[in-house]
Amino acid sequence: MNLTVASSPHIRGNFRTNRIMLDVVLALLPALAVGAWKFGPRALLVALVCIVFAVGTEWLYSVLTKTRNTTPDISAAVTGLLLAMTLPSTVPLWQGAVGSVFAIWVVKTLCGGLGQNVFNPALAARAFLLLIYPVGVTRYFVPGVDGVSAATPLHHMVMPSLPEESLLDMFLGNCPGSIGEISALALLAGGGCLVWRKVISPRIPLAYLGTVAVLTLLFSKAGNPLLWMGYSLLSGGVMLGAIFMATDYASSPVTARGQLIYGIGCGALTVLFRYYGLYPEGVTYAILLMDACVWTLDRYTAPRRFGTKEGGAIK
Amino acid sequence: MKHLFYGGVHPQYNKEMSTKGTVLRTITPKQVVIPMQQHIGAPCTPLVSVGEHVLLGQKIGDGEGLCVPVHASVSGTVAAIEPRPHPTAGLVTAVVIDNDFQDAEAPHSPLPQTQEEILSAIREAGIVGMGGAAFPGNAKALSAMGNVDTLIANACECEPYITADDVMLRTNLDQVLQGMMILREILHSRRTVLAVEDNKAQALEKIHACIKDYPEIELKVLPTRYPQGSEKQLIQAITGREVPPGKLPVSVECAVFNVSTFAAIYRAVRLGTPLTRRIVTVSGEAIAEPQNFIVPIGTTFHDLIEQAGGLNDRTERVISGGPMMGKAQEDLSVPVVKATNSILCLMKDKNAAAENPVCLRCGKCVAVCPMRLQPLYLYRFVNAERLDELDRLNIMDCIECGSCSFTCPGKLPLVERFRHGKKLLKEANAK
Repeated sequence: MNLTVASSPHIRGNFRTNRIMLDVVLALLPALAVGAWKFGPRALLVALVCIVFAVGTEWLYSVLTKTRNTTPDISAAVTGLLLAMTLPSTVPLWQGAVGSVFAIWVVKTLCGGLGQNVFNPALAARAFLLLIYPVGVTRYFVPGVDGVSAATPLHHMVMPSLPEESLLDMFLGNCPGSIGEISALALLAGGGCLVWRKVISPRIPLAYLGTVAVLTLLFSKAGNPLLWMGYSLLSGGVMLGAIFMATDYASSPVTARGQLIYGIGCGALTVLFRYYGLYPEGVTYAILLMDACVWTLDRYTAPRRFGTKEGGAIK
Repeated sequence: MKHLFYGGVHPQYNKEMSTKGTVLRTITPKQVVIPMQQHIGAPCTPLVSVGEHVLLGQKIGDGEGLCVPVHASVSGTVAAIEPRPHPTAGLVTAVVIDNDFQDAEAPHSPLPQTQEEILSAIREAGIVGMGGAAFPGNAKALSAMGNVDTLIANACECEPYITADDVMLRTNLDQVLQGMMILREILHSRRTVLAVEDNKAQALEKIHACIKDYPEIELKVLPTRYPQGSEKQLIQAITGREVPPGKLPVSVECAVFNVSTFAAIYRAVRLGTPLTRRIVTVSGEAIAEPQNFIVPIGTTFHDLIEQAGGLNDRTERVISGGPMMGKAQEDLSVPVVKATNSILCLMKDKNAAAENPVCLRCGKCVAVCPMRLQPLYLYRFVNAERLDELDRLNIMDCIECGSCSFTCPGKLPLVERFRHGKKLLKEANAK
């Protein structure tokens, strides 16, 4: 009998990369469904184009570099879908395609592929699109009313004056915006599933949203600080960013303290950019900026060494 | 106050497999292979020669320094003294005895009275830590004398499949408790704790019934979680203390012995008999009849597997110990030694490691590491042979429990690489 002599452990858990990625896709579906319902089937078309181009780019890369085809791990599909979630349903399809190619080719594979990218590929691609096609990426339609472009509630927040939509409408998704960002309810439901499935820890989203809440409450720009805080949390991509973007494995810290600091940093920068920025784009740039700090954060927030009083990593 | 250890995982335990049958069968092998090294420390020198007749319990090897003797586990004739494969130590000189099935016993030792006599009886009986580490029992007791306030009997048995300690508690609870009382008196411990995980309902029922007669012993039922039975983690769970890096439990005034070790101490001190047999779990999906046996030390894996109905033809690996930390065997002629608690026969794991492991940076390895290391960075730096970074990230603290590898969705060979990294660092430091 031929016995295998391998290192322990001899059993493995049932966590798998593709299972995790599939969980993320499923968790995004409620928000995508709201987008499709509010903006029509074109929202789904945008998502499809982004996913196809993201997966296709990764496949093409593996062919050209003669490396293993990594598309079965579903991570490229997640990137494509996440990018679509940040785009308006009216975006020209070719712009979505360009964004997906950029996300996978430049941000992900050129950094070394899965787990190696410094920046969140979907957000980096969105930032890229914002720079070169600012109009296409920010033209929003009022849900249900065809052809009427509108300022999103976020534009009001930057102006600042409170949007016309009620807080409840914004919580449910009755407002203009990107495909996947309008319904906080759907995003929270998806995030809750990811926490329950142990795909993400709630640390980053809670730290992120908590920081935005506290800062907007303290530095309110409206008569009623609570109302201002509510609109601040529900407008723009804060929910989508805090739950699905900032928790991206490759571009977020792995230590508990690092995750807290990262979440707080994302929240603080989001508010800062919204208050003092030219673009109404706090979330994208806040997360990208914090992404650049991840390795440093991990290094200086290493858990306390077992059996000692001081931290483990810093000697 | 409730203490917990950090991290940890919940593998599928599969313990009921080997406890379904209630009979604890005793094995009588035709031949036993008794290695001269079954403990951490110096090996024994054989005290018998080929052709000599030996009695059950007769001392057949002893040595100097950190060393405890070994005894014949059957009566019979010495057939050979030669290097034989050992389950964890490569080739080791072994005394091979042909069983005459008479079980003619060597005279029992006189029962010890004083502390020194008891310690010497523990040594003479060849007692080592039977949970896996095989540290000489008398040496551990001696270093702990007067220096510990907490004595812990480890019956966590957190490794999946293994039920040897569980069965020990079910069948020989009195010996365990008596053994604890003996050591408690020698060590002058303030607290004497029997630590059991809460997945051993039958054993716990028995303990609840018996422990009233031992008011000095405190029962601690711990929530089942791997690696609770690891010494450092158990001390943390019981006392909240953390053993400093590179130090022994005595540095935080604790001493931990496996429950089977306590039973062996009882038999040595109160009955005058040496350690010649132990309970071994033979289990896993690849074995026909998983069960526990009372096994003379030196019985080969091959014989035991045969007694348990044999392996099926999809067997992939046979492991000495548990699935998380045990050692895969290539040669089934290796014998059961004092620290062998289990022979595990497994088929191919459906979650087996990937051919192309990729780190997602998901951080689950950091969350489960009971030593609070950062396995993903250690892995990266082992591959890059960055010894300075490995040292900075305290790779030597790794207890190789396997929690990180078990959890990793990218199926990285973490523990395997850490062993390599530790070796590199040790070699570099030796220069």
